[in-house]
Amino acid sequence: MAAQGRIVWVSGPAVRADGMSEAKMYETVTVGDSKLVGEVIRLTGDVAFIQVYESTSGLKPGEPVVGTGNPLSVLLGPGIIGQLYDGIQRPLRALSEASGSFIGRGITTTPVDMTKKYHFVPSVSNGDEVAAGNVIGVVQETDLIEHSIMVPPDHKGGKISNLVSEGDYDLETVLATTESDGQTVELKMYHKWPVRKPRPYKNRYDPTVPLLTGQRVIDTFFPIAKGGTGSIPGAFGTGKTVTLHQIAKWADSQVVVYIGCGERGNEMTEVLVEFPHLKDPRSGKPLMDRTVLVANTSNMPVAAREASIYTGVTIAEYYRDMGKDVVLVADSTSRWAEALREMSGRLEEMPAEEGYPSYLASRLAEFYERAGRVRAAGSPDRDGSVTLIGAVSPSGGDFTEPVTTHTMRFIKTFWALDAKLAYSRHYPSINWMNSYSGYLADIAKWWGENINEDWLSLRSEVYGVLQREDTLKEIVRLLGPEALPDEEKLILEVARMVKIGLLQQNSFDDVDTYCSPEKQYKLMKLLVDFYRKGQQAIKEGTPLADIRAMKSITTLLKARMDVKDDEMPKLDQLESDMQEEFKSITGVKVSN
Amino acid sequence: MTAEGGVQYSKIAEIKGPLVIVDDVENAAFDELVEVETKDGERRLGKVLEVGNGKAIVQVFEGTTGLSIAGTNAKFVGKVMEMPVSREVLGRVFDGLGRPKDGLPDPIADKFIDINGEPMNPEQREYPKDFIQTGVSVIDGMITLVRGQKLPIFSGSGMSHNLLAAQIARQASVIGTQDDFAVVFAAIGVQYSEAEYFRRSLEESGALKRSVLFLNTADDPAIERIITPRVALTVAEYLAFELGMHVLVILTDMTNYAEALREISAAREEVPGRKGYPGYLYTDLSTIYERAGKLNGKKGSVTQVPILSMPSDDITHPIPDLTGYITEGQIVLGRDLFRQGVYPPVNILMSLSRLMKDGIGEGSTRADHGEISNQVYDAYSRAQEVRALAGIVGKAGLTEIDLKYMDVGDVFENEFLTQATDENRTIEETLGILWKIVSKLPKNEITKIKDKYVEQYYKEE
Repeated sequence: MAAQGRIVWVSGPAVRADGMSEAKMYETVTVGDSKLVGEVIRLTGDVAFIQVYESTSGLKPGEPVVGTGNPLSVLLGPGIIGQLYDGIQRPLRALSEASGSFIGRGITTTPVDMTKKYHFVPSVSNGDEVAAGNVIGVVQETDLIEHSIMVPPDHKGGKISNLVSEGDYDLETVLATTESDGQTVELKMYHKWPVRKPRPYKNRYDPTVPLLTGQRVIDTFFPIAKGGTGSIPGAFGTGKTVTLHQIAKWADSQVVVYIGCGERGNEMTEVLVEFPHLKDPRSGKPLMDRTVLVANTSNMPVAAREASIYTGVTIAEYYRDMGKDVVLVADSTSRWAEALREMSGRLEEMPAEEGYPSYLASRLAEFYERAGRVRAAGSPDRDGSVTLIGAVSPSGGDFTEPVTTHTMRFIKTFWALDAKLAYSRHYPSINWMNSYSGYLADIAKWWGENINEDWLSLRSEVYGVLQREDTLKEIVRLLGPEALPDEEKLILEVARMVKIGLLQQNSFDDVDTYCSPEKQYKLMKLLVDFYRKGQQAIKEGTPLADIRAMKSITTLLKARMDVKDDEMPKLDQLESDMQEEFKSITGVKVSN
Repeated sequence: MTAEGGVQYSKIAEIKGPLVIVDDVENAAFDELVEVETKDGERRLGKVLEVGNGKAIVQVFEGTTGLSIAGTNAKFVGKVMEMPVSREVLGRVFDGLGRPKDGLPDPIADKFIDINGEPMNPEQREYPKDFIQTGVSVIDGMITLVRGQKLPIFSGSGMSHNLLAAQIARQASVIGTQDDFAVVFAAIGVQYSEAEYFRRSLEESGALKRSVLFLNTADDPAIERIITPRVALTVAEYLAFELGMHVLVILTDMTNYAEALREISAAREEVPGRKGYPGYLYTDLSTIYERAGKLNGKKGSVTQVPILSMPSDDITHPIPDLTGYITEGQIVLGRDLFRQGVYPPVNILMSLSRLMKDGIGEGSTRADHGEISNQVYDAYSRAQEVRALAGIVGKAGLTEIDLKYMDVGDVFENEFLTQATDENRTIEETLGILWKIVSKLPKNEITKIKDKYVEQYYKEE
C-alpha cells in the first residue's frame, strides 16, 4: 500500500511529512497539491524526510504527500539517444512544450515518445528459453545505434511465447511473453531500472584498449582505457568544460552520456546547437545520433542535481549491456558533492571535512566503481564498457580539498589542469608534471600493435625532455638562459617545440580539434628526430643559433593545424626537408 | 508589493539578527512574503525561510532594529514577493526592494512577476554569439563580450571598476539599433557617490531615459541586498523577453550581496562552508548569474556585467571563486597596472571570455581576430616571464628575442590597453593595434596565426 501523509515542515528542497510509516527508503513520492517529485531519504517513526526535485516555493504544511511504491528509476528503451533530460529523466523539450521558455513545476511526461514505432527484428523464437539479459531482438534507434531489446536484469527467465513477427511496433506493444512456474510476464521494448542500483553483468575484464579522444596530451601522454576512470580537476577558466566537450565529441565510443551537473545553462545549449552539425570522424554521421544529455544546470533544483549522476550512469550501463563502448562525462562532480552537502546540512547530520558528509568518499567510490569493461549478462555474448570521466571544481583551485583528494583515490587517470598554463593560453592546460595515467602500461601494447612498436619509447623520450626542462627552468630562473651550455639550451628549445607543436591543441581550429593516432605518432616522431639530430649537430660544433633559425621549425610547429589527417605525406615531406636543412647547417651528412 | 487579505499572526517568539520567529502559524507557505508591522505602525517586508510545526522563520529585509516581541504583528500575504513591471519603469529610480525612490508614484503595473524567476530551460536557450562593441580595446580585442553573456569584473577596493563599467554601459548603448537597448543598474551596498557617478554618467550620455536604477547604498539595510539583484533581474527579464530589448545589467558590488547571505546563514546557525559562507553560496549565486541569456523565438537579451571586489585582491576567495565557476569568463583588474596609472588596468592573462570564440571571426568582427588575439596572449605572457627574468639577471642577461618580447609588453600596455574613459575605438582600430604589437616580433615567432593572415596584416617596422 502506498504511503499517504501530510507535510509538516518545509525548508528549501527539504520537506518533512508525517503519516509516512508505509514509505520505504529511496521511494519516490509526490509532494504537495502541485505534485512535485521527491524522494524519501530518511525515516524516523512515521516522519519521512524528503528531498524534493523541484522548487518548493509556495509549499505549505498540511499539503498531501503520496508514495509511489517505486524507487527512483529511469525508463530504458529506444528513443533515449539525442535527448536532453533533466536530473530525473524528464525530457526538457517536452517540459518547454508544457511551460515555455522557463522550467515550470509538477509536470509529468514520459522520458521517450511511447507512441513512436520502431522496426523490430526478433532474434529468438517461440519456445526458446530466455534468461535475464538475453537479447530477444533489435531495433534501429538512430543511424548510428542498433538498439538491442533485452530481457530485464531482474527477470526470472522462462519460455518465450506469443512472439510478434518482424515489423513496426511502438514501445507499449507486448513483443512476447514468458512463461515460468505458471507466471506470465510481458516483454516490451522498454523496462525500468532503479538508478541507485548498478546493473548486473557476467564478469569484468582488465581495461587494455585505449579510449582514443583525438587529444594529443590525453592519447599520447596520459591515456585512459575503455572501461577506465579519469578525473579532470581545475580552477575556473582552466578549460575543464572545453576539454570534456572535446572528449564527448571525438572519443571513439558508440555512445556518449554527457551530464551537466550544476553547471552553466549555455554550455548545454552549446552542445545542443553544435553536436547535430558535427560529424563523427569514423562514421560521418551527426554526433547527436550517439549522444544523450542530462542537464541539471546550477540554478535548477539542487536535489535533482544529486540524482542526475545516477540517472546518467544507469543509462550508460544500459547501452553497455548491448555490447557498446560508452563514455560518461560528468561536469562537475564537485557540484554533485555540494548537493550532498546541502541535503546533509538540512538533515542536520554531523559534518566531516569542510561541511561535507562523512559518506562523501563512499558515494564517490560507488560511482566510479560503476565503470568497467564487462561481458554482459545473458546471451548472445556481448562485451561493452563504461568509461567514467568526472570533472572536479576545487574551490580556489586547491587540490587538497575533500572532493579532489577523495576522487584521486578512486580513479586511475588524473588530468591536472593548471591555471598558470591557462593564463598563458596553453590549452588544453593539462599540467604534464602533475598528471598521471595508470593505464599506460596496459594500453602500450595496443599502440605497439596498431601504430608503431617504438611508441612507448618515443613517448618516454619526449616526456624525458619535458622533465629535464622542468629542472633546467629552475636554473634559468636564477641565472638566466645564457648560463646554460648549448646542449641544455637545446633541451629548452625542444621542450618549447613539444609544448607548442604537440601538447597544445586548438579545439576551435577545424583541423587541430581532432588528431588521429597516426598523426599524433608522426608529430611525436618528428620532434624526437629533431631532438636527436640537434644533439648530434651541437656535439659536432654547430652553433645553436643556426639550429634555431631553421625554417622547418615553424613548419613543424604549425603542422598540427596545417596538415589534415589524410595528408600524412606532407609530414613525410617535412621529415626530409628537416633532414636536408640539418645537412646544410652542419655541412656534413647527419646519420639517422 | 501589495498585501491584501493576509492572515494576522501576532505571536513573535524570538528575534535574532535579521530573523523573526513567529509562533502559532497555520497557513504559511515556504518563500511567502510577510509584512511585519511594528507597534508604531511602521511596515517592513520579509519572507518565510522555513515553516513547520506551527512555527515560521521569517527573514526581515529591512532589519530587525527596533522590533519588539510584544506589539509586533506579522502578516502572511499569501504569495511570494513580486515586482510590478511595465514599460514605465524605464527612466525610474527604485530602492533596493523595488519601491520608487525618485519621489514619483508607483509605475502603473502591466503585470506582477515573482522576483525569484524560474530557471531558463537549457533546451530553449539560444546560444549567445552577437558581438557587442564596447569601444574598449582590451575587451573587444581580447575578452569579447557577446549579447546574453554574463561577464563579471573582478576588482579590488579602490580600483577603477566603476569607470570601466560606466564606459561599457555608455558606449555599448550607442551601437546598432539604439531603440531596443536598455541599462538596468543595481547598486548593492555601495557608497552613495559610486551610485551617483553611474546615474550622472548615464544622464550625460543621454541613456538615463533608457535605464532603470535600483539603489541600495551602504547605509541602507544589509538584508535588503538579498532582494536588490533579484528585482533588478526581474525587470531586466521583462524588458528583454516581453518587450524585446537588449538589456545590459550591471550589479555592483556582489561581495556585499554574499556578505548579507552569510549574515542570514549565521543567524540560522547553519553549518558553514569556506570562510563562514554558507555551503549553498554557489547555488544561490547561480540563481542570480544564470538569469542572463537569450531565448529561442524572443527578440531581446539579458547581458550581465556584475562587479565584485575581491577581498585582499584574492581571486581564490569564495566569492570570486564561485562566481568564476558560474559566469562565462571574467575581467580581472590588476593592482600593479592600476598603480602604474594604466586605465583600464585589465590583467588579460587572468581574464577570459568563454563566449568569445563564437562572437568573433568572419561575419562579425574579422577572420583573423581569434588567431591574432591568441598570439598576443602568448606574446604578453612571454613578456611577463622575460620581465621577471630581467628583474633578476638584468637586461644584459637577456637574449635578443627576449628583448623583443619586452618591447611587446610595453607597446601592449601603453598603446593597446591604455585608453581614455571617453575614447570609443572601433574593432578595426583595435585589431590594427594588435597587429602592430605582433609585428614587433620576427615572423618565425608567430606560431598561432595562419600564414595567409600573416601575409595580409604583418607589417615589419
